[in-house]
Formats: sequence, structure tokens, C-alpha cells
Amino acid sequence: MTRRAVARTLVYLSLVLAAAVVLLPLGVVLLTSLKSEGEMADGSGALTLPGDLFNLHNYVTAFQDGGMLAAFGHTAFILVFAIGGTVLIGSMTAYAIDRFTFRLKRLVVALFLIAALVPGVTTQVATFQIVNSFGMFDSLWAPIVLYMGTDIVSIYIFLQFVRSIPVSLDESARLDGANAFTIYRKIIFPLLRPAIATVVIVKGITVYNDFYIPFLYMPSEDLGVISTSLFRFRGPYGAHWETISAGAILVILPTLVVFLSLQRFIYNGFTRGATR
Amino acid sequence: MTDTTEKAASGAGVGAAPAVPAPAPAPRPARLWRGVTPWLFLIAPLALLVTFTYAPIVNMVAYSFTDWDGVSPELHYTGVENYTELFTRDDLFRVFFVSGYYLAASVVQIVAALYFATILSFQVRFRNFFKGVLFFPYLINGVAIGFVFLYFFQDGGTLDSVLSLFGHHSDHAWLGTPVSANVSLAGVSVWRYMGLNFVLFLGAIQSIPGELYEAAELDGANRWRQFRHIIAPGIKPVLTLTVILSVSGSLSAFEIPYIMTGGATGTETFVIQTLNLAFRFNKTGLASAAAIVLLLIILLVTWLQRRLVPDDKVDLV
Repeated sequence: MTRRAVARTLVYLSLVLAAAVVLLPLGVVLLTSLKSEGEMADGSGALTLPGDLFNLHNYVTAFQDGGMLAAFGHTAFILVFAIGGTVLIGSMTAYAIDRFTFRLKRLVVALFLIAALVPGVTTQVATFQIVNSFGMFDSLWAPIVLYMGTDIVSIYIFLQFVRSIPVSLDESARLDGANAFTIYRKIIFPLLRPAIATVVIVKGITVYNDFYIPFLYMPSEDLGVISTSLFRFRGPYGAHWETISAGAILVILPTLVVFLSLQRFIYNGFTRGATR
Repeated sequence: MTDTTEKAASGAGVGAAPAVPAPAPAPRPARLWRGVTPWLFLIAPLALLVTFTYAPIVNMVAYSFTDWDGVSPELHYTGVENYTELFTRDDLFRVFFVSGYYLAASVVQIVAALYFATILSFQVRFRNFFKGVLFFPYLINGVAIGFVFLYFFQDGGTLDSVLSLFGHHSDHAWLGTPVSANVSLAGVSVWRYMGLNFVLFLGAIQSIPGELYEAAELDGANRWRQFRHIIAPGIKPVLTLTVILSVSGSLSAFEIPYIMTGGATGTETFVIQTLNLAFRFNKTGLASAAAIVLLLIILLVTWLQRRLVPDDKVDLV
């Protein structure tokens, strides 16, 4: 009994410790974002409470001077097109691969599979030249096409789902005279709803958080997405940690809201996405 | 499964309802049409795949044998010079050692994830809270994480303040020397990515049928035995996947070091170096060679994993 009790205590102790390790850095940044410039300068250390817990001054500065409104706008624009494109492309690919037999099918499948092994970071040197030659460099379209490009994870998720839709449905529709496009549009696509939800969530979080692609392809000051706009805080606000903290919290907040409201789907999405 | 079938059944009515009378097509065009149909669905995906994945790889191989600067129309074939330069110049080769810190960190990360996934798959109070807290960092924007930890490691920042609570007064420049900077950055990447591994393990453990534990418990197996003989074999596929993801992630570490130190004080990683070569020093040829080397290493690791642990479900079809 006592040994069990000790073991249980240790388990809880480790959990509390881990939670503290996760929450402490975030909590301190939240506190810092509420402090005034004077409080930052008085050398009272990072762990002290701000004098006024509702001092939102830094948030106003970060939001206005950091161009966060435009940044959220750009991110939303990219999200809509990139996710829409990913859903269409992923579901079409999955439908074609699962429901048809055609020559070169094995080759096509292999092309998608091998592409899954190539990490995007390694090919940007040359991808850059291609994007540039299309005249998409420094425009919102560069990240959009790159995100749509080859999202193998979403193709895989769709494939799993298409496979679980009975072929007899296609056949009976075909007997009624529906062609492949009607079947895709009226039967397959609506039945893919759970998979679409998964892809929208997983892809949405990835795109919202991505830094690399917008940083590389949209260097213009007025084309910031939230990651790159936040990154630019480093220059002008250099040592103003209260403003930088407010910016970071502004960026984290939407993620937290989405996470808390969609928890279960998010866990499932990542489990399904990564364990190919 | 049954869930999907039911929905599928209800969907059938919808799909079948607008019954267009079948036109009697001439056999020949019909067959031709059927042959073309899958390609109509695949045109856009394949075009994107080839343009943004395969074309760059082919180009990159070509660039890697030249001295191209990425801008001028002039380029010269230089043979394997770029590759020899990569492996012989100390300052270029050094970045591989930085990956070592991240590799070591991924061991810590996997062990921690395995531990927390195991204890949280049994009955524990506030289980969902702990699950959420451990996973959440993975969802946070990388730039925000970079700033949070820049502040964390600052002189008199969070870490110093916490240490002084425990009576250890120091003003340590955590990002000041190469070793402590790399350890700090690798620590941040554990903080950031542990949650993903944790959730993957948790999913795998929960897909192990519960009767196995009951049977083991009846046989008098303790927790460690249960872990060793039920959980460990049950999650082997996910474990190996995590190992490849960690190795390729360690080699291609970029965001955290770039945002936090910009590669200063010996924290430059392979990807930062490649990007600098390509876009700052206009050495597209050399950068391409570097990228090819990284790609080959990652493919090798993946191939090794596939050889060592034959996976039963690697096929897409």
C-alpha cells in the first residue's frame, strides 16, 4: 500500500512539474505583456505581478504599430485559398487513385509516396527559382501554391476515407446515369466531411504557424503574415519586452481558443495525420 | 466503420436521387472517355507535384555541379567541386555537429513523451488537463515560441528569476556561449515538439485492446512488465516513425535557432547555413549541393528504418 502511494505521488509530482515547465514561460510572457515601461525598467525581475492587471496599452501598441491587422488579413486570405485548394486536390487525387484502374497508376502512387519523404526545407533553394520564374515571388500566391502543392498527409487522410465508402454506392449511381464527376461531387465529396474537417484543422494550424515559406517568399514589409510580422517586432521594439510579449500573446491567443473548442478533433487529426 | 457505412447508406439516397437518364453512348468514345477520366482528376495534383517537388529536385542536382549565383545568366560547370568544398571546409562542415545537440534532445523528448503517454493512458486525476497542457506547445506559432524563450533565457529573465527563487543568484547569459546556447535551443525544441510525440504515443497505446492489460493483471504482471510486454510492442510502428521524424527534424532544425539567435554563437544549423549560402551570399550552386547532401542523408535514414523495421502498411494503395 505505501509503495503504491509513493509511486502515485511521484507520478503526480512529475505531471505537475511538466505542467509547470510548459506553463511558466508562457505565463511570464503574459505577465510581462501587462506591465508598463516603468515596471519593466525598475529591475523587479520577471516573476513579479504587473501593477495593473488590465493594462492593455502594450496590446494596442503591438496591434497598431506592428501591423497585426493586415497580418491577420493576409493570413486569413492564404488560409482560405490554401485550405480550399488542399481539400479539392487531396480529395480528387484520393478518388482517382482509389476508384480507377489505369495505366501508370503505380507510377503515380509512387510519385506521391516518394514526395512524402522529401522535406520541404531541403528543396527551397531550387523551388525559389521556379516560384520566381512564375512571377509569384513576393505575392500572396507563392505561399498559397506551395501549401497546396504536395500535401501528402491530406491525400493520405482522404484516401483512407474514400476507401471506407462502399463502391456499391458508385455503381448504383452509375446505373442511374451519373458520370465520374457527378459521383465525385454528389457522393464522394459530401461523405468525406469528417476527413475534410480533419484536414482543415491540421492544415489550418500548420499554415497559421508557418514561418519559413512566407519569410522566404514574401519579404515585402507590407505583405506580412502573422509569423513574419511578429518576427519583425525584433527590430523596432528591440528591448521593449512588454510590447514583444503582447505581440506573442496576440498570436498565441487564437490558437488557444481553437484548441480549447476543438480539442478532441485536434488530437485525432494529428494522430491520423502523422501515423501514416 | 459502421458509422461510416450508415452515413454512406443515407448518402446513397441523395446521390441516386437526381437520376439522369443514361444516354446510350457509342462504345468507342465511351471507352476512351473512361480511360481519360482518372487523369482529369489527377492533372492539377500532378502538375503541382511535378512543378514544386520534382522539378526543384532535378534542378537542384543540376545546380549543384555548377558555380551559379542564382541571378546571372552565366554559370560554369564545376564538377564535384561544391561537394568536396562542403566536406573539406571546416566552417561548412561544423553545422553537422550542431545537429548532435538536437539529436540528443530528441532522445530526451521521446523518452519523456513515452513516459507521459504511458501514465496518462491509465486512470489519473485531471487527465484531460495534463493532456492539453503537454500537447499545446506543439500548436503554438514558432516565432511566438522563439520570443517567449528569448525572454526566458535573458539576463535576469524568467530562468534567472526562477533560479534565484531557489537561492541560486546568477546572471547567466544562457545564449552567450556555443555550448550553453545550443543546449538551450535544443531544450526549446524539446519543449515545442514533445507534445506531438506524446499524442502519437497516446493514440497508439489507446488502440491496444484493454483485455490485454486485464489478462496481464490477472497473471500478476506489474506496471513495468505491462509496459515492456504489451505497450512497447503495441506501439512499435509509431515509435519507429517518431524516430525517423526526430532524426530528420534534428538535421533540418531551422525555426527556433533562426528566430532566437539568427545562427550566432555557433548555433548555425544546416538549413540556416544553406539559406544563407543561397540567399545572402548568392552561392546557389554550393547551397544546392548542401541541400542535396541533407536530402540524401534523410532518405538514407528513412530507408534504414524501412529495412530494419518492415512496416506492414507502407503502401498507399
